[in-house]
Amino acid sequence: MPEPSPVPAGRPDRLLLPSYRRDDAAAHPPLLSPGYKSTVLRAPAQPLVLLPQTLTEITGPVLGEGRVTDADADLTHGSDGEAQGQRIVVHGQVRDSDGRPVPHTLVEVWQANAGGRYLHKLDQHDVPLDPHFTGVGRAMTDSLGRYRFVTIKPGAYPWRNHFNAWRPAHIHFSLFGRAFTQRLVTQMYFPDDPLFAYDPVLNSIPDPAARQRLISSFDLENTVEEWALGFRFDIVLRGRDATPMEEQS
Amino acid sequence: MTSSVTARDWDAQTELTPAQTVGPYLGIGLPWPDGPFVIDEGTPGGIWLRGRVTDGAGDPVPDGLIETWQADPQGRFDHPDDPRGPVAGFRGFGRCPTDETGGYAIYTHKPGPVPGPGGHVQAPHVDVSVFARGLLHRVVTRIYFPDEVEANAADPVLAGVPDARRGTLIAIAEPDGYRFDIRLQGEHETVFFAV
Repeated sequence: MPEPSPVPAGRPDRLLLPSYRRDDAAAHPPLLSPGYKSTVLRAPAQPLVLLPQTLTEITGPVLGEGRVTDADADLTHGSDGEAQGQRIVVHGQVRDSDGRPVPHTLVEVWQANAGGRYLHKLDQHDVPLDPHFTGVGRAMTDSLGRYRFVTIKPGAYPWRNHFNAWRPAHIHFSLFGRAFTQRLVTQMYFPDDPLFAYDPVLNSIPDPAARQRLISSFDLENTVEEWALGFRFDIVLRGRDATPMEEQS
Repeated sequence: MTSSVTARDWDAQTELTPAQTVGPYLGIGLPWPDGPFVIDEGTPGGIWLRGRVTDGAGDPVPDGLIETWQADPQGRFDHPDDPRGPVAGFRGFGRCPTDETGGYAIYTHKPGPVPGPGGHVQAPHVDVSVFARGLLHRVVTRIYFPDEVEANAADPVLAGVPDARRGTLIAIAEPDGYRFDIRLQGEHETVFFAV
Protein backbone atom coordinates (compact mmCIF):
# COMPACT_ATOMS: atom_id res chain seq x y z
CA MET A 1 0.00 0.00 0.00
CA PRO A 2 1.43 3.38 -0.93
CA GLU A 3 1.50 6.08 1.69
CA PRO A 4 -1.41 8.52 1.43
CA SER A 5 -0.34 11.26 -0.90
CA PRO A 6 -0.26 14.79 0.44
CA VAL A 7 -3.24 17.00 -0.21
CA PRO A 8 -4.40 17.91 -2.76
CA ALA A 9 -4.69 14.22 -3.52
CA GLY A 10 -6.12 13.05 -6.82
CA ARG A 11 -9.19 15.04 -7.72
CA PRO A 12 -10.28 17.20 -4.84
CA ASP A 13 -13.09 18.50 -7.01
CA ARG A 14 -14.63 15.05 -6.93
CA LEU A 15 -14.79 14.72 -3.16
CA LEU A 16 -18.27 13.77 -2.09
CA LEU A 17 -19.18 15.64 1.06
CA PRO A 18 -22.30 15.79 3.17
CA SER A 19 -23.73 19.26 3.45
CA TYR A 20 -25.59 20.76 6.37
CA ARG A 21 -28.66 22.85 5.91
CA ARG A 22 -28.17 26.49 6.76
CA ASP A 23 -30.12 27.68 9.77
CA ASP A 24 -33.09 29.93 9.20
CA ALA A 25 -32.25 33.47 10.16
CA ALA A 26 -34.96 33.28 12.80
CA ALA A 27 -33.72 30.05 14.34
CA HIS A 28 -31.32 31.76 16.72
CA PRO A 29 -31.33 35.02 18.65
CA PRO A 30 -29.86 38.04 16.84
CA LEU A 31 -26.39 38.77 18.17
CA LEU A 32 -27.39 42.33 18.99
CA SER A 33 -30.24 42.16 21.50
CA PRO A 34 -30.03 45.43 23.47
CA GLY A 35 -32.31 44.18 26.24
CA TYR A 36 -29.38 41.94 27.15
CA LYS A 37 -26.88 44.72 27.78
CA SER A 38 -23.70 42.71 27.32
CA THR A 39 -24.54 42.24 23.64
CA VAL A 40 -24.20 45.97 22.89
CA LEU A 41 -20.39 46.07 22.84
CA ARG A 42 -19.81 42.45 21.93
CA ALA A 43 -22.10 41.73 18.98
CA PRO A 44 -20.24 42.17 15.67
CA ALA A 45 -21.56 45.21 13.82
CA GLN A 46 -20.53 44.08 10.33
CA PRO A 47 -22.64 41.53 8.45
CA LEU A 48 -21.51 37.93 8.64
CA VAL A 49 -19.77 36.60 5.50
CA LEU A 50 -21.25 33.39 4.11
CA LEU A 51 -18.74 30.56 4.57
CA PRO A 52 -18.93 27.73 2.05
CA GLN A 53 -19.15 24.38 3.84
CA THR A 54 -15.79 22.81 3.10
CA LEU A 55 -14.08 19.76 4.53
CA THR A 56 -13.15 21.85 7.55
CA GLU A 57 -16.77 22.62 8.36
CA ILE A 58 -18.36 19.25 7.61
CA THR A 59 -15.90 17.56 9.94
CA GLY A 60 -15.49 18.45 13.60
CA PRO A 61 -14.09 17.33 16.89
CA VAL A 62 -15.13 13.84 17.91
CA LEU A 63 -14.53 14.08 21.62
CA GLY A 64 -15.47 12.41 24.82
CA GLU A 65 -14.96 8.68 24.34
CA GLY A 66 -12.47 7.63 26.96
CA ARG A 67 -12.52 10.92 28.83
CA VAL A 68 -16.04 10.86 30.26
CA THR A 69 -17.03 8.42 33.00
CA ASP A 70 -20.51 7.41 34.12
CA ALA A 71 -19.92 9.36 37.34
CA ASP A 72 -19.63 12.58 35.33
CA ALA A 73 -23.37 12.41 34.62
CA ASP A 74 -24.27 12.49 38.33
CA LEU A 75 -23.84 16.01 39.71
CA THR A 76 -25.34 15.19 43.10
CA HIS A 77 -22.37 13.39 44.63
CA GLY A 78 -19.64 15.84 45.48
CA SER A 79 -16.64 15.17 47.66
CA ASP A 80 -17.74 13.21 50.73
CA GLY A 81 -21.40 14.00 50.50
CA GLU A 82 -24.60 14.68 48.67
CA ALA A 83 -25.57 18.01 47.18
CA GLN A 84 -28.43 19.94 48.74
CA GLY A 85 -31.63 20.77 46.97
CA GLN A 86 -34.27 19.12 44.86
CA ARG A 87 -32.84 16.09 43.09
CA ILE A 88 -33.87 15.85 39.42
CA VAL A 89 -33.29 13.63 36.40
CA VAL A 90 -32.67 15.57 33.19
CA HIS A 91 -32.71 13.51 30.04
CA GLY A 92 -33.49 13.74 26.38
CA GLN A 93 -32.55 12.83 22.87
CA VAL A 94 -30.18 14.68 20.58
CA ARG A 95 -31.30 14.53 16.97
CA ASP A 96 -30.72 16.48 13.82
CA SER A 97 -33.46 18.37 12.02
CA ASP A 98 -34.01 15.37 9.76
CA GLY A 99 -34.96 13.37 12.83
CA ARG A 100 -31.79 11.31 12.87
CA PRO A 101 -30.35 10.60 16.33
CA VAL A 102 -26.89 12.05 16.98
CA PRO A 103 -25.13 9.15 18.72
CA HIS A 104 -21.93 9.11 20.76
CA THR A 105 -21.58 12.85 21.01
CA LEU A 106 -20.37 14.80 24.01
CA VAL A 107 -22.91 16.75 26.08
CA GLU A 108 -21.52 19.16 28.67
CA VAL A 109 -23.63 20.94 31.31
CA TRP A 110 -23.00 23.55 33.97
CA GLN A 111 -25.36 25.30 36.35
CA ALA A 112 -25.94 27.18 39.59
CA ASN A 113 -26.67 25.34 42.84
CA ALA A 114 -30.05 25.06 44.53
CA GLY A 115 -29.70 28.56 45.96
CA GLY A 116 -28.85 30.10 42.60
CA ARG A 117 -25.07 30.47 42.95
CA TYR A 118 -22.31 29.20 40.66
CA LEU A 119 -19.06 27.79 42.00
CA HIS A 120 -17.17 30.64 40.34
CA LYS A 121 -15.06 33.30 41.95
CA LEU A 122 -16.96 36.10 40.25
CA ASP A 123 -20.34 34.89 41.50
CA GLN A 124 -20.82 36.66 44.83
CA HIS A 125 -24.57 36.19 45.10
CA ASP A 126 -25.37 36.19 48.81
CA VAL A 127 -26.44 32.57 49.19
CA PRO A 128 -24.28 29.70 50.43
CA LEU A 129 -22.08 27.60 48.22
CA ASP A 130 -22.69 23.88 48.54
CA PRO A 131 -19.47 21.98 49.32
CA HIS A 132 -20.92 18.92 47.63
CA PHE A 133 -22.00 20.54 44.38
CA THR A 134 -19.72 21.72 41.59
CA GLY A 135 -22.52 22.16 39.06
CA VAL A 136 -20.53 20.57 36.23
CA GLY A 137 -21.48 17.41 34.32
CA ARG A 138 -20.60 15.53 31.15
CA ALA A 139 -22.15 12.63 29.30
CA MET A 140 -22.00 10.90 25.95
CA THR A 141 -25.19 10.27 24.00
CA ASP A 142 -25.90 6.57 23.45
CA SER A 143 -26.46 4.85 20.10
CA LEU A 144 -29.91 6.48 19.87
CA GLY A 145 -28.67 9.94 20.77
CA ARG A 146 -30.01 9.79 24.33
CA TYR A 147 -28.38 11.38 27.37
CA ARG A 148 -29.24 11.46 31.06
CA PHE A 149 -28.02 13.52 33.99
CA VAL A 150 -28.88 13.38 37.68
CA THR A 151 -28.55 16.81 39.24
CA ILE A 152 -30.09 19.41 41.56
CA LYS A 153 -32.69 21.86 40.36
CA PRO A 154 -30.82 25.16 40.06
CA GLY A 155 -32.16 28.29 41.72
CA ALA A 156 -32.99 31.58 40.05
CA TYR A 157 -30.41 34.29 40.59
CA PRO A 158 -30.07 38.07 40.30
CA TRP A 159 -27.78 39.43 37.58
CA ARG A 160 -27.90 43.25 37.53
CA ASN A 161 -28.77 43.52 33.83
CA HIS A 162 -31.56 45.90 34.86
CA PHE A 163 -33.38 46.77 38.06
CA ASN A 164 -34.42 43.63 39.95
CA ALA A 165 -33.23 41.36 37.13
CA TRP A 166 -33.41 37.62 37.88
CA ARG A 167 -32.52 34.81 35.51
CA PRO A 168 -35.06 31.99 35.37
CA ALA A 169 -33.62 28.69 36.58
CA HIS A 170 -31.60 27.12 33.78
CA ILE A 171 -28.92 24.59 32.93
CA HIS A 172 -26.26 25.44 30.33
CA PHE A 173 -25.80 22.81 27.61
CA SER A 174 -22.90 22.43 25.16
CA LEU A 175 -23.04 20.04 22.19
CA PHE A 176 -20.67 19.18 19.37
CA GLY A 177 -22.71 16.99 17.06
CA ARG A 178 -20.51 15.43 14.41
CA ALA A 179 -19.50 18.51 12.45
CA PHE A 180 -18.20 22.00 13.07
CA THR A 181 -21.44 23.28 11.56
CA GLN A 182 -23.48 21.58 14.30
CA ARG A 183 -21.77 23.10 17.34
CA LEU A 184 -24.37 24.45 19.74
CA VAL A 185 -24.37 26.04 23.19
CA THR A 186 -27.76 26.71 24.72
CA GLN A 187 -29.73 26.78 27.97
CA MET A 188 -32.49 24.51 29.25
CA TYR A 189 -35.29 26.05 31.28
CA PHE A 190 -37.96 24.55 33.55
CA PRO A 191 -41.70 24.53 32.87
CA ASP A 192 -43.93 27.36 34.05
CA ASP A 193 -41.21 29.64 35.41
CA PRO A 194 -42.77 33.02 36.33
CA LEU A 195 -39.53 34.77 35.31
CA PHE A 196 -39.79 33.90 31.60
CA ALA A 197 -41.63 37.09 30.71
CA TYR A 198 -38.90 39.23 32.26
CA ASP A 199 -35.79 37.49 30.90
CA PRO A 200 -34.03 39.24 28.00
CA VAL A 201 -31.82 36.22 27.33
CA LEU A 202 -34.68 33.81 26.64
CA ASN A 203 -36.69 36.58 24.96
CA SER A 204 -33.79 37.40 22.63
CA ILE A 205 -35.20 34.55 20.54
CA PRO A 206 -37.78 36.33 18.39
CA ASP A 207 -40.05 33.35 17.68
CA PRO A 208 -42.17 32.33 20.69
CA ALA A 209 -42.35 28.75 19.39
CA ALA A 210 -38.55 28.59 19.24
CA ARG A 211 -38.34 29.90 22.82
CA GLN A 212 -40.66 27.12 23.87
CA ARG A 213 -38.15 24.57 22.57
CA LEU A 214 -35.74 25.58 25.33
CA ILE A 215 -38.26 24.79 28.05
CA SER A 216 -38.04 21.25 29.33
CA SER A 217 -41.13 19.15 30.04
CA PHE A 218 -42.02 17.56 33.34
CA ASP A 219 -41.65 13.84 32.72
CA LEU A 220 -43.59 11.55 35.02
CA GLU A 221 -42.28 8.43 33.30
CA ASN A 222 -38.74 9.37 34.22
CA THR A 223 -39.65 10.59 37.66
CA VAL A 224 -38.21 8.10 40.15
CA GLU A 225 -40.50 7.19 43.03
CA GLU A 226 -39.41 8.68 46.34
CA TRP A 227 -36.19 9.94 44.79
CA ALA A 228 -36.22 12.50 41.96
CA LEU A 229 -38.44 14.45 39.56
CA GLY A 230 -37.86 13.89 35.84
CA PHE A 231 -37.50 16.54 33.16
CA ARG A 232 -37.08 15.96 29.48
CA PHE A 233 -35.10 18.23 27.16
CA ASP A 234 -34.70 17.14 23.56
CA ILE A 235 -32.14 18.94 21.44
CA VAL A 236 -32.21 19.35 17.66
CA LEU A 237 -29.03 20.20 15.75
CA ARG A 238 -29.05 21.18 12.10
CA GLY A 239 -29.65 18.35 9.67
CA ARG A 240 -27.76 17.04 6.69
CA ASP A 241 -29.07 16.92 3.19
CA ALA A 242 -30.30 13.44 2.38
CA THR A 243 -27.68 12.65 -0.22
CA PRO A 244 -24.04 13.65 -0.34
CA MET A 245 -23.33 16.54 -2.66
CA GLU A 246 -20.36 16.94 -4.90
CA GLU A 247 -18.57 19.86 -3.40
CA GLN A 248 -19.10 23.02 -5.37
CA SER A 249 -18.77 26.65 -4.59
CA MET B 1 -50.84 15.68 33.08
CA THR B 2 -50.79 17.48 29.79
CA SER B 3 -47.29 18.82 30.33
CA SER B 4 -45.73 15.40 30.86
CA VAL B 5 -44.12 13.51 28.01
CA THR B 6 -44.09 9.89 27.03
CA ALA B 7 -42.05 7.67 24.77
CA ARG B 8 -44.54 8.34 21.99
CA ASP B 9 -43.24 11.90 21.82
CA TRP B 10 -39.71 10.82 20.87
CA ASP B 11 -39.96 12.00 17.30
CA ALA B 12 -42.40 14.79 17.90
CA GLN B 13 -40.40 17.76 16.76
CA THR B 14 -37.44 18.44 14.51
CA GLU B 15 -37.22 22.20 14.70
CA LEU B 16 -33.78 23.54 15.58
CA THR B 17 -32.89 24.21 19.18
CA PRO B 18 -31.96 27.90 19.46
CA ALA B 19 -28.61 29.01 20.84
CA GLN B 20 -28.14 30.88 24.09
CA THR B 21 -25.16 32.63 25.61
CA VAL B 22 -22.58 30.73 27.65
CA GLY B 23 -23.00 33.48 30.26
CA PRO B 24 -20.25 34.72 32.57
CA TYR B 25 -19.56 31.44 34.34
CA LEU B 26 -18.63 29.16 31.43
CA GLY B 27 -15.27 28.80 33.17
CA ILE B 28 -16.66 26.14 35.51
CA GLY B 29 -18.08 23.98 32.74
CA LEU B 30 -16.19 24.20 29.47
CA PRO B 31 -12.42 24.34 29.94
CA TRP B 32 -10.53 21.06 29.80
CA PRO B 33 -7.12 20.79 31.49
CA ASP B 34 -5.56 19.75 28.18
CA GLY B 35 -7.83 21.98 26.11
CA PRO B 36 -5.14 24.39 24.88
CA PHE B 37 -2.93 21.50 23.80
CA VAL B 38 -4.07 20.16 20.45
CA ILE B 39 -0.73 18.35 20.54
CA ASP B 40 1.36 17.54 23.59
CA GLU B 41 3.41 20.45 24.88
CA GLY B 42 6.88 20.31 23.42
CA THR B 43 5.95 18.24 20.38
CA PRO B 44 8.55 19.06 17.70
CA GLY B 45 7.18 21.41 15.08
CA GLY B 46 4.43 22.72 17.33
CA ILE B 47 3.36 26.35 17.18
CA TRP B 48 1.54 28.66 19.57
CA LEU B 49 -1.53 30.48 18.34
CA ARG B 50 -2.00 33.42 20.67
CA GLY B 51 -4.24 36.43 20.71
CA ARG B 52 -6.55 38.73 22.60
CA VAL B 53 -10.29 39.05 22.34
CA THR B 54 -11.57 42.63 22.66
CA ASP B 55 -14.98 44.29 22.51
CA GLY B 56 -16.32 47.34 20.72
CA ALA B 57 -14.71 49.67 23.27
CA GLY B 58 -11.35 47.97 22.82
CA ASP B 59 -11.62 46.42 26.27
CA PRO B 60 -10.56 42.83 26.88
CA VAL B 61 -13.14 40.06 26.96
CA PRO B 62 -11.98 38.18 30.06
CA ASP B 63 -14.90 35.76 30.25
CA GLY B 64 -14.78 34.17 26.83
CA LEU B 65 -13.66 30.88 25.32
CA ILE B 66 -11.90 30.12 22.05
CA GLU B 67 -12.29 26.82 20.23
CA THR B 68 -10.19 25.82 17.23
CA TRP B 69 -10.72 23.10 14.61
CA GLN B 70 -8.21 22.32 11.89
CA ALA B 71 -6.59 19.79 9.59
CA ASP B 72 -3.26 18.12 10.35
CA PRO B 73 -0.05 19.20 8.58
CA GLN B 74 -1.05 17.01 5.61
CA GLY B 75 -4.46 18.65 5.37
CA ARG B 76 -6.33 15.63 6.72
CA PHE B 77 -8.97 15.25 9.40
CA ASP B 78 -9.41 12.48 11.93
CA HIS B 79 -13.09 12.26 11.11
CA PRO B 80 -15.31 9.65 9.42
CA ASP B 81 -16.66 12.20 6.93
CA ASP B 82 -13.28 12.97 5.42
CA PRO B 83 -13.82 11.11 2.13
CA ARG B 84 -10.11 10.44 1.81
CA GLY B 85 -10.41 8.36 4.99
CA PRO B 86 -9.85 9.48 8.56
CA VAL B 87 -6.29 9.89 9.74
CA ALA B 88 -6.13 8.81 13.34
CA GLY B 89 -4.11 10.53 16.01
CA PHE B 90 -4.52 14.25 15.45
CA ARG B 91 -7.27 15.65 17.67
CA GLY B 92 -7.49 18.85 15.65
CA PHE B 93 -9.45 20.56 18.43
CA GLY B 94 -8.27 23.21 20.85
CA ARG B 95 -10.14 25.03 23.58
CA CYS B 96 -8.90 27.86 25.77
CA PRO B 97 -10.74 30.25 28.08
CA THR B 98 -9.67 33.88 27.85
CA ASP B 99 -7.76 35.37 30.79
CA GLU B 100 -8.15 38.78 32.45
CA THR B 101 -6.42 40.43 29.47
CA GLY B 102 -8.71 38.68 26.99
CA GLY B 103 -5.77 36.46 26.03
CA TYR B 104 -5.81 32.89 24.80
CA ALA B 105 -3.13 30.45 23.64
CA ILE B 106 -3.40 27.17 21.71
CA TYR B 107 -0.49 24.83 21.04
CA THR B 108 -0.86 22.93 17.79
CA HIS B 109 0.60 22.04 14.41
CA LYS B 110 0.24 24.41 11.53
CA PRO B 111 -2.39 22.84 9.25
CA GLY B 112 -1.75 21.85 5.65
CA PRO B 113 -3.80 22.96 2.66
CA VAL B 114 -7.30 21.49 2.44
CA PRO B 115 -9.46 20.71 -0.62
CA GLY B 116 -12.03 23.40 -1.21
CA PRO B 117 -15.07 24.27 -3.29
CA GLY B 118 -15.02 23.62 -7.00
CA GLY B 119 -11.63 21.93 -7.00
CA HIS B 120 -9.84 24.92 -5.51
CA VAL B 121 -7.31 24.29 -2.78
CA GLN B 122 -7.85 26.15 0.45
CA ALA B 123 -4.88 27.84 2.04
CA PRO B 124 -3.92 26.50 5.47
CA HIS B 125 -6.46 27.76 7.98
CA VAL B 126 -7.92 27.14 11.42
CA ASP B 127 -11.64 27.47 12.10
CA VAL B 128 -12.38 29.38 15.29
CA SER B 129 -15.50 29.62 17.46
CA VAL B 130 -15.74 32.40 20.02
CA PHE B 131 -18.06 32.10 23.02
CA ALA B 132 -18.62 34.74 25.70
CA ARG B 133 -21.09 36.45 27.93
CA GLY B 134 -22.93 38.82 25.63
CA LEU B 135 -22.66 36.52 22.62
CA LEU B 136 -26.06 34.90 22.24
CA HIS B 137 -24.59 32.50 19.68
CA ARG B 138 -20.99 31.60 18.98
CA VAL B 139 -19.25 33.71 16.35
CA VAL B 140 -17.02 31.96 13.83
CA THR B 141 -13.86 33.17 12.15
CA ARG B 142 -10.78 31.67 10.47
CA ILE B 143 -7.08 32.06 11.11
CA TYR B 144 -4.90 32.25 7.99
CA PHE B 145 -1.11 32.42 7.97
CA PRO B 146 1.10 35.34 6.86
CA ASP B 147 3.75 33.08 5.32
CA GLU B 148 1.25 31.60 2.82
CA VAL B 149 0.97 34.59 0.52
CA GLU B 150 0.42 32.63 -2.69
CA ALA B 151 -1.97 30.14 -1.15
CA ASN B 152 -3.91 32.93 0.55
CA ALA B 153 -4.21 34.77 -2.76
CA ALA B 154 -5.81 31.67 -4.30
CA ASP B 155 -8.02 30.80 -1.32
CA PRO B 156 -11.72 30.68 -2.26
CA VAL B 157 -12.92 31.76 1.18
CA LEU B 158 -10.57 34.72 1.46
CA ALA B 159 -11.62 35.70 -2.05
CA GLY B 160 -15.19 36.10 -0.77
CA VAL B 161 -14.16 38.56 1.93
CA PRO B 162 -14.14 42.32 1.15
CA ASP B 163 -10.58 43.48 0.36
CA ALA B 164 -10.50 46.04 3.13
CA ARG B 165 -11.36 43.46 5.79
CA ARG B 166 -9.35 40.46 4.57
CA GLY B 167 -6.36 41.40 6.70
CA THR B 168 -8.31 40.71 9.90
CA LEU B 169 -8.11 37.01 9.04
CA ILE B 170 -4.33 36.87 8.62
CA ALA B 171 -2.30 36.09 11.73
CA ILE B 172 0.97 37.85 12.57
CA ALA B 173 4.20 35.84 12.78
CA GLU B 174 5.84 35.53 16.18
CA PRO B 175 9.04 33.73 17.19
CA ASP B 176 7.22 30.60 18.42
CA GLY B 177 4.03 30.79 16.39
CA TYR B 178 1.44 33.35 15.41
CA ARG B 179 -0.68 36.10 16.91
CA PHE B 180 -4.35 36.37 15.99
CA ASP B 181 -6.33 39.05 17.80
CA ILE B 182 -10.11 38.93 17.66
CA ARG B 183 -11.99 42.25 17.66
CA LEU B 184 -15.65 41.50 18.19
CA GLN B 185 -16.82 44.95 17.14
CA GLY B 186 -15.63 48.36 15.99
CA GLU B 187 -12.45 49.48 14.26
CA HIS B 188 -10.73 46.59 12.45
CA GLU B 189 -13.59 44.32 13.44
CA THR B 190 -12.66 40.72 12.69
CA VAL B 191 -14.51 39.10 9.81
CA PHE B 192 -17.04 36.61 11.17
CA PHE B 193 -18.71 33.96 9.06
CA ALA B 194 -22.16 32.47 8.75
CA VAL B 195 -21.61 28.71 8.64
